[in-house]
Amino acid sequence: MTVATPSYSAKRRSLRQQDARIAWLFIAPSLVVILGITLWPIIYTFLLSFFVAPTGINQVRTFVGLGNYLTLIRDPTFWETIGRTLHFTIVSVGLEMVLGLAVAQLIHAHPPGWRVLRFSLIIPWAVPTIVNGAMWRWIYNGDFGALNGLLLQLGLIRHYIPWLTLPSLAMDLVILADVWHMMPFVALILQAALAALPVELEEAAAVDGANALQRFWSIRLPLLRPAILVALIVRTVDAFRVFDIAYIITNGGPAFRTVTITYLTYFNTFAWGKQGLGAALSFLISLFSIGMAIIFIRWLYRPEEIA
Amino acid sequence: MRPRRKTLRKMGLFLLTLPVFAFIYFPILWLVSASLSTQVELFAVPPHWIPQHPTLANYLEILFPSLAVSSVPRAFGIALMNSVKIASAVTLICIVVGGLAAYALVRIPFRAGPVILIGVLGTRMIPEVSLILPLFIVASSLRLINRPEVLVLTYMSFALPFAIWMMAAFFQTIPIELEDAARIDGCSRLGILRRIVMPLAVPGLVATAMFTFLLAWDEFFYALIFTSTLAAKTAPVAISEFVGRYTVNITGMMAGGVLAALPPVLLALIFQRYIVRGMTAGAVKG
Repeated sequence: MTVATPSYSAKRRSLRQQDARIAWLFIAPSLVVILGITLWPIIYTFLLSFFVAPTGINQVRTFVGLGNYLTLIRDPTFWETIGRTLHFTIVSVGLEMVLGLAVAQLIHAHPPGWRVLRFSLIIPWAVPTIVNGAMWRWIYNGDFGALNGLLLQLGLIRHYIPWLTLPSLAMDLVILADVWHMMPFVALILQAALAALPVELEEAAAVDGANALQRFWSIRLPLLRPAILVALIVRTVDAFRVFDIAYIITNGGPAFRTVTITYLTYFNTFAWGKQGLGAALSFLISLFSIGMAIIFIRWLYRPEEIA
Repeated sequence: MRPRRKTLRKMGLFLLTLPVFAFIYFPILWLVSASLSTQVELFAVPPHWIPQHPTLANYLEILFPSLAVSSVPRAFGIALMNSVKIASAVTLICIVVGGLAAYALVRIPFRAGPVILIGVLGTRMIPEVSLILPLFIVASSLRLINRPEVLVLTYMSFALPFAIWMMAAFFQTIPIELEDAARIDGCSRLGILRRIVMPLAVPGLVATAMFTFLLAWDEFFYALIFTSTLAAKTAPVAISEFVGRYTVNITGMMAGGVLAALPPVLLALIFQRYIVRGMTAGAVKG
């Protein structure tokens, strides 16, 4: 035994070195792809945000330092766009979380047909974003749409309303379409988390005389916190960079009322020929997302919270 | 007394599910109904909720381009095929390339491993819009615009990190004792991966493949910027181009929408067991 030990540990060490080499070999293709199409472009975009860069082959780029960022800060359009993006993010994510939790609870109570309901939730979530947008655009259609037809037949309106031309309502209509698409995402995550909770705690609390609201507030909600956080952070990051659904339902209209920060970046970069400004905007979106990512990762590495 | 109260409660809860069902299915039924309508019937006021003269013509025109009377359904059929090709290629590459990386990151102990894993998760937080301009400049100079290859490559920016994270979580559930035993018996890393890990990880790989396919199928922004011709245009771009023009055949677009929604919806329903795991991939560590 004692004779075998040194040769064993020597073999182990060489195995470990061999392991590291194999690990790098396995990771290399992914690393090359990620460095090439993510890391390099984000650095390029960051550097470009310090230049005035008009679109075109032979256009000269001029270094302006923080000029683009200052231009943005002084531009009322920028702040209006931030406001609209926050409107979309807060209302859509808020509704998705509240309704998602409610639907998850409903399924968890196992009423007749709960399996069908859980199954049905998958459909809106799986419908591609653009199909979802096209569908709602047609629902909101002022001349032939289903929303007008339904409200008229229910006697709630007297005349057809051109919904998507109403500036004060356009963003909320986009939000409704997003809620249809993404509320199921939250509901499915929270329902799975509910199903994994221990029932003993709530039963014990019930025996001790806690009412349903107290049990929900003091036991179920705290236990759901990790799942709620995951859904909340994933949804917030995605909602803040929303583009597709606004592009397809309203094209940013009416009168810019549904232009979000990603949309404004798209305009600057690909329509208005202000690539430096676009780069500065997109870097601000990254900054917000990375801020959320830090929260994400810090939460992730508190293992005591992962049920 | 008690069972009766319980029945009442169940009935009350059941009634609560009805508005949820209505909210989910009303838009879908309207979409399907429009796709089965004739153009004339679609413009009825008030709307015909169920078409009085249902027709499959809108679907047939897309699926059999020779039957199409206008270029819209023909273009849509091609775009759908582009989507199938691009999403499949992205999925295949992500599973092979990402699978190797995921295995190494969770199962081979080496110093940089955890840092790289966190870095991979971090890339998921970078929005497409921050990457697109440099990628566009390079793609133009390499004459890759309007080529399917450029979408396969750029889709990796979100699909590959996602696939690595999801597979890493699955690999961690495979008991390490099995691998240790195989190593003691003199099996190489590649041999372990092929003979022991792969067979056990099949459900995880299938679930990851489904999710990656869905992500690639759903993508719109890169496709909008990088493609303008039928050589590489995907289904979402085709829908976006026609949806605004009423004069163009809206019923055909609705049929196109249903066809574009069918593959992801069917995949998700078949693999529903894995959906929550995929949704929280990167959030649940193994």
